[in-house]
Amino acid sequence: MATLAVSMFRRLEGLFCVVKPSGVHWKLVRDNVEKNLLKGLNAAPPQSCPQQIRFLRDPGADTETTKSLTLSVASVPVLSKHPLVTGPEFQRIQVGVGHRLDVSSSGVLVLAVGRGNRVLNDLYETRVTRDYTLECEFGSATDDFSDTGRVVERSTYDHITLDKLNKVLAMLQGAHQKALLTYSNVDLRSQEAYELAVQGLLGPEGKSVPILTGLRCVHFQPPNFTLEVQCLNETQKYLRKVVHETGLELRSTAVCKGVRRTRDGLFTLQQALTRHHWTAPHVTRAVQQYYSSKKNKKTRAVADRGDRITTTGGECDEQPSNLNQ
Amino acid sequence: MSSSHALLCLSCRSQLSSKTVAATLLYSTQVRHYATITNAAPKIQNGLLFFRGTHRTMQKWKQHMFCFSDFAKHLATETKEVKLTEELSRTDVVVYESPILPIIDTVSVNERQVPLDLDATDELPALEEISDEEAISITLPAAMPPASTSLRDYIDKSETLSNLVQLGVNLWKLEQRPNVGSMLLRLDYKTDVAPRLLFLKDIGVEDSRLGFIITHNPYILTESLESLHARVNYLKSKNFNSETVASMVSRAPYLLNFSVKRLDNRLGFYQQQLQLSASNTRNIVARLPRLLCGSLEPVKENLKVCKIELGFKENEIQHIVIAVPKVLTANKRKLTQIFDLLHNTMKVPHHLITKFPQVFNTKFLRIRERHLFLEYLGKAQYDPALPSYISLDRLVSLPDETFCTDLASASLEDFYLFQKTI
Repeated sequence: MATLAVSMFRRLEGLFCVVKPSGVHWKLVRDNVEKNLLKGLNAAPPQSCPQQIRFLRDPGADTETTKSLTLSVASVPVLSKHPLVTGPEFQRIQVGVGHRLDVSSSGVLVLAVGRGNRVLNDLYETRVTRDYTLECEFGSATDDFSDTGRVVERSTYDHITLDKLNKVLAMLQGAHQKALLTYSNVDLRSQEAYELAVQGLLGPEGKSVPILTGLRCVHFQPPNFTLEVQCLNETQKYLRKVVHETGLELRSTAVCKGVRRTRDGLFTLQQALTRHHWTAPHVTRAVQQYYSSKKNKKTRAVADRGDRITTTGGECDEQPSNLNQ
Repeated sequence: MSSSHALLCLSCRSQLSSKTVAATLLYSTQVRHYATITNAAPKIQNGLLFFRGTHRTMQKWKQHMFCFSDFAKHLATETKEVKLTEELSRTDVVVYESPILPIIDTVSVNERQVPLDLDATDELPALEEISDEEAISITLPAAMPPASTSLRDYIDKSETLSNLVQLGVNLWKLEQRPNVGSMLLRLDYKTDVAPRLLFLKDIGVEDSRLGFIITHNPYILTESLESLHARVNYLKSKNFNSETVASMVSRAPYLLNFSVKRLDNRLGFYQQQLQLSASNTRNIVARLPRLLCGSLEPVKENLKVCKIELGFKENEIQHIVIAVPKVLTANKRKLTQIFDLLHNTMKVPHHLITKFPQVFNTKFLRIRERHLFLEYLGKAQYDPALPSYISLDRLVSLPDETFCTDLASASLEDFYLFQKTI
């Protein structure tokens, strides 16, 4: 018979996503979430101490002369099962992290609890794209490509127009598209390659160089501009390097002020939990939401595969994985 | 096999008096060294055998092994009411196997082997009829392991442990600490624990806090009563009144473990370094008693950080410390981070930060989120001279709801949505 805490834990098992604040290491986020979940689980009222019947001799006369046979019955709690002696019911839970974010980035971070870790593993290995928003600034170049590094070069940027920026971005995107085709391990002139391309399944299996499947500028106000990226196998440092290279291509310099992940596979910023919601009831709700959305997705998975207009390379190519609910 | 390491109480049967106690152990392990009995065996106290093994390598057994023999001594004193008549001899032969334990106290033992005579028959067979009184007086051997990693095996038999649990002491947390479990088992309730609990009650500590104090500082039960009294008297001589002393002890359980000299040293340090008056020192120490417990090096470093890195003047530091004594023990990185955000990003000058020192007590992310939200709404104005001024203490200490409605005039959902975009 499972206790209240165990049934609460069963409802927690699964995947959910949180918003990682910038300036915080991902491990601290994971530890904080684990601590809060443990607090929520152990706050459930513990089972009462089981009682034990003991027969005690009547105290009183303690000489050997009185041979009284009366015994009194007492029901005493078994202290060895008291929660202060056995400890809390849950002392550790497994909370796993999906694709990591480095310290200065922020955004969607996928976490999994308990049995959801197995699914997380599958998700991690599947080819899913991620969406980033990069806030950038013209005028300087630093050693670690972000605005907190040591400035290496300064330059003017009056000559830059949106046109030129778009041209450079298109060129970059073309180069990455070629890389995508190279790493997809199919002979481009075969029927197999055509079919994969139609379904949007062209892409590298496993590890490869970072590939940007989509890149565009959403906001341009010199010196600031914002880029939106969809990518595979990337690191945040690589994205900052892309910004730096864009600046160089435009005969100027650029740094990346902020990297923000807005989507990781199917997990978007909309469903992500902010810092104030890292508690057991909120996480339970998020996990249930994930399950229900998975159910919906399974029923209409095959139908709308082909008729999505996406940026080059396609997104959301996660195969439906098995999760026993 | 067993001749070298089994003891029988054959020789002791004749010496069992009516006030003897049965604390037996049925435990068979592979034993490789001799069971020994001390020379005091003939003078058995309460019919219980003491035996000590040779001192084994402690490293093999980690912190948690609780010493059985000392505990057994106390068990003897607790179960005096159980009468044992000569019918004890009717019970089965009790085999004592010596535990392979590290015995912490090194008492020199004179080892003497007791040969086991396997052919000796029992004097009284087990199927003989006995009267009812004799039947009642047969006690079962306690199923208590001689060594265990957890206190729950001993709690039913130990008066000390049961009383501590009923007080609210978290034994599970204590048994994780090295050697604390053994120490608690060795304590006697009437002579060790009770006087100290009464002492704590006398100085004014509430009953509900006793469990907290012992959970965090079990060593208070081994301090001598004279030194405890001396330290409380010292604090009173420094003009701390009794309620203050009681609250200090409740909040800093380790306080009374420190010698008078050390307490004096620390009080003197705070008074001199910060150049505070006596009443101000008393004030900050009463509010944050753990200032007297920890080391002074981190405090010195924090003071240096405030002066050199953050650039506060002496009187400003004094004011901050009197308002928020926690700054003295805060994390240096956190202090510099918060100050950097306030001074360089939010452009708040030094004197204004000094006016609201509670900003150093908050989470960095909280200030950052709220400031960015206000900046996004165009309301980030921290200069008292200009209109629609937002004071730092309200920025920092208001709960989210009130902050959103009063200061930002936005809804809570908007605030959470905004947090996803920073």
